[in-house]
Amino acid sequence: MHIAIIGNGISGVTAARHLRKQSDHKITLISAETDHFFSRTALMYIYMGHMRYKDTKPYEDYFWSKNRIELRKDYVEQIDFQSKILNMKGGNLKYDKLILAVGSAPNKFGWPGQDLKGVGGLYSFQDLENMEAYSPNLKHAVIVGGGLIGIEMAEMFHSRHIPVTFLVREASYWNGVLPPEESAMINRHILEHGIDLRLSTELKEILPNDKGEATAVITNKEEKIDCQFVGLTAGVHPNIRFLKNTTLEVQKGILVNEYLETNLPDVYAIGDCAQAENPLPGRRPIEAIWYTGRMMGETVAYNICGKKIAYDPGFWFNSAKFFDIEYQVYGTMPAKLPEDHETLYWEHTDGKKSIRINYNKNTQQVEGFNLMGVRFRSEVCEKWIKEKTAIKEVLQNLGLANFDPEFYPQFEKDVVATYNNKTGENLRLKPNQKLNAVQRFLKSFS
Amino acid sequence: MSQVNSSLALSNPQQLEISALQKVALALVGLGLLVLIIAFAGAQVVSSWVMFRISFFGIAMGSLLYTQQEYKNKPEGIKNNGVFFKSISSGGVVAWILGIVVTGFYVCLYWFPALLEGIIRMHDGLSMILRGKIADQWFVYGTFYTVAVLLMGIKFIYKYRHNKYQTIRTLSVMFFQLGFAYLLPAFLAAMNQPEEYFSYFWPLDSYALRPDWIGSKAGIGNFGYFVIITGFLLPFVVTPILTYLYGKRWYCSWVCGCGGLAETAGDPFRQLSDKSMKAWKIERWMIYSVLVAITLLTVLLWVNHQTHNNLLGGITEPYKKTYGFLIAQMFSGVIGVGFYPIMGSRVWCRFGCPMAAILGLQQKFFSRFRITTNGGQCISCGNCSTYCEMGIDVRHYAQRGQNIVRASCVGCGICAAVCPRGVLKLENGSVDIDQRTEELKTIHISADEVGILEMDA
Repeated sequence: MHIAIIGNGISGVTAARHLRKQSDHKITLISAETDHFFSRTALMYIYMGHMRYKDTKPYEDYFWSKNRIELRKDYVEQIDFQSKILNMKGGNLKYDKLILAVGSAPNKFGWPGQDLKGVGGLYSFQDLENMEAYSPNLKHAVIVGGGLIGIEMAEMFHSRHIPVTFLVREASYWNGVLPPEESAMINRHILEHGIDLRLSTELKEILPNDKGEATAVITNKEEKIDCQFVGLTAGVHPNIRFLKNTTLEVQKGILVNEYLETNLPDVYAIGDCAQAENPLPGRRPIEAIWYTGRMMGETVAYNICGKKIAYDPGFWFNSAKFFDIEYQVYGTMPAKLPEDHETLYWEHTDGKKSIRINYNKNTQQVEGFNLMGVRFRSEVCEKWIKEKTAIKEVLQNLGLANFDPEFYPQFEKDVVATYNNKTGENLRLKPNQKLNAVQRFLKSFS
Repeated sequence: MSQVNSSLALSNPQQLEISALQKVALALVGLGLLVLIIAFAGAQVVSSWVMFRISFFGIAMGSLLYTQQEYKNKPEGIKNNGVFFKSISSGGVVAWILGIVVTGFYVCLYWFPALLEGIIRMHDGLSMILRGKIADQWFVYGTFYTVAVLLMGIKFIYKYRHNKYQTIRTLSVMFFQLGFAYLLPAFLAAMNQPEEYFSYFWPLDSYALRPDWIGSKAGIGNFGYFVIITGFLLPFVVTPILTYLYGKRWYCSWVCGCGGLAETAGDPFRQLSDKSMKAWKIERWMIYSVLVAITLLTVLLWVNHQTHNNLLGGITEPYKKTYGFLIAQMFSGVIGVGFYPIMGSRVWCRFGCPMAAILGLQQKFFSRFRITTNGGQCISCGNCSTYCEMGIDVRHYAQRGQNIVRASCVGCGICAAVCPRGVLKLENGSVDIDQRTEELKTIHISADEVGILEMDA
């Protein structure tokens, strides 16, 4: 059997690896982006000089032939689902089963000038090359869109001493995801780095020069900002334009069931481009996240190899880094506190670290953890959330969750004190919850 | 429409040039180096003690001022911007020049010390104060080495000031270098005792435990017996206990002088280590061969001693000389340090050190130490692997949710520091020593449902 995978990102590559682990099928991995798999999330580090492109490749180049995964650098223009043939720039390819792992493309909302030269997103390797091409003579950059990619792009230009104006539509950075205090913390941190942050400001249009390059933007406040590069980072959407008007059922993304099967036989979709017909409770239909791509890649491999397993990403977690402040989230942590939730928030006096724990008002069970500048242990948080552990129990054992390096100051007692202050309780933190205690806890049954 | 004023900056993002004070700092370092060159050329412009003080003051004050200017206005955090753009840290022209100069210095030091006469005489004043006798090339080497560890250690601490583990660890290597590898031996010399280096012992100290070593120590009375006892206790009792408790890091990145230099002066070059599978294979062959070689040598010397040179007497002497030349001088000195700017800072520790070999075996099979991977948070970015000075492909483990237990890991903790997602933590625990490396599930399928499948890496 020949399995073709379109897209050599984390989803497609994980699928290929797990197909190889379980089978001897012929596997072809197709991409027009790069010869080999690299970590998309590391693009910013190439630009900043932390790593070279080759350092972002998780597998050495011999890995692919050694594991008989055939790599094909080509661009799929059309798919003939009926006769199972991919029409590519470099020729046709017959497949027996097809995995679509075609990823995302940056959003554009019809802004005048959005397709000028010197305007770009940050998703693909080519996007990075585009940024690089405009960097040498760049006097000022404008970034549009206050999400994770926008702040990454700001950090990238900043590392090259290129002044940045950062337009954020919302009244506070990423406040659709971050609770108000954390969002305010990141506003302060962006300013601390000397970024010209413009909150509640939207792009109206991008002005061209006579060479068809971006030369300035005009905001919705009618302000003109001169610049030679405009970064469009207002989110991404599934990269499925070439699949519109085919028999494949698509909405925003490619519709898949819990086994990641599309409406067509022998065609699967995973990663950023897949849209769940019936999203799991509390999850969005499209989740363009690194680890969900990895999980879908593994799941689809089991399904193709005859072990039917429904996609289940488990509890929600994620992480990011905003300049110097690390962010982790475990469990349910909406920006706006739900009616029946209570929140416990502690912030360090330096304004760069915080711990937030949400719990249910009625049942007292913990719902989620939000960490800024502090690391928590994933498995411990997961166990507490899964087992619906009560907030008091969690607080007394909070040391189990600490994942900061050794000798770091620990703030669990401050969190407990915040709770005691708020509720009038007199909880005490169990001291010295080191790795042995963690292991015992993780292996215990409740 | 108004024009934007982008000067909101607290730290000036537009600063491309070095500041006036940094220029002063560089001038001071330049002056210090110039005096060294003059002394090297054999000219004594003013008294050698004055020349020493000018040189020392220039280099020390200059580098401290530069460090302070470099980091003072930047928020705390990882400072790797431009590492692969700068010639010195990316194996460029500057790196090669520096590598050749340092390598040349080692060649002079070991085989042509007469060429360094001018510089050695410059250190007579300091040597008289510390040791009560005039300097030799080894005192000069010790001084250079210690100054490098201290100055670059301060730079490292400033760079990682947000990271308590890095701060404390670096203070430790600075303390052991200054105290145990510099001042203590000097004071012992001043008291007419042998210059003992208690932070080096068998097998890193290839002279230790030899029959003639024991003989010479025994000849000097109580202090000599103390040296012999510690010479046995450190490798065979203290080391196994501490390595069981904390991994090999207690020595390699907290105490050892070679490690101390690598972690401080070598820090700008850590990203140059080779991460390929091939390099790992070469590493395993080489390091265990050196361990076998030194063990065999020590044993042979004893056999010889007991049999009054009747057995194997003919081969032991050339063997001893070859080991001394190839391993102790060429490898640990010339290549180990001289090639920092080309091959990274831990070439010796990774490919040659017999002490690291023993500690590594124990770390791998009988230690509480591991680097824990935090669930599924890894994004495979590669910062951990890139900045691992030992060339470990940390990402390989992290992205599959597996903890890292590798013989070569010196526990410097930089992988955990540069990780943007909080994935790695160095820690010790006794309850799961034999299961430290079990592969964790990256998806939520139970292991028995699908079976654990292995794949060639």
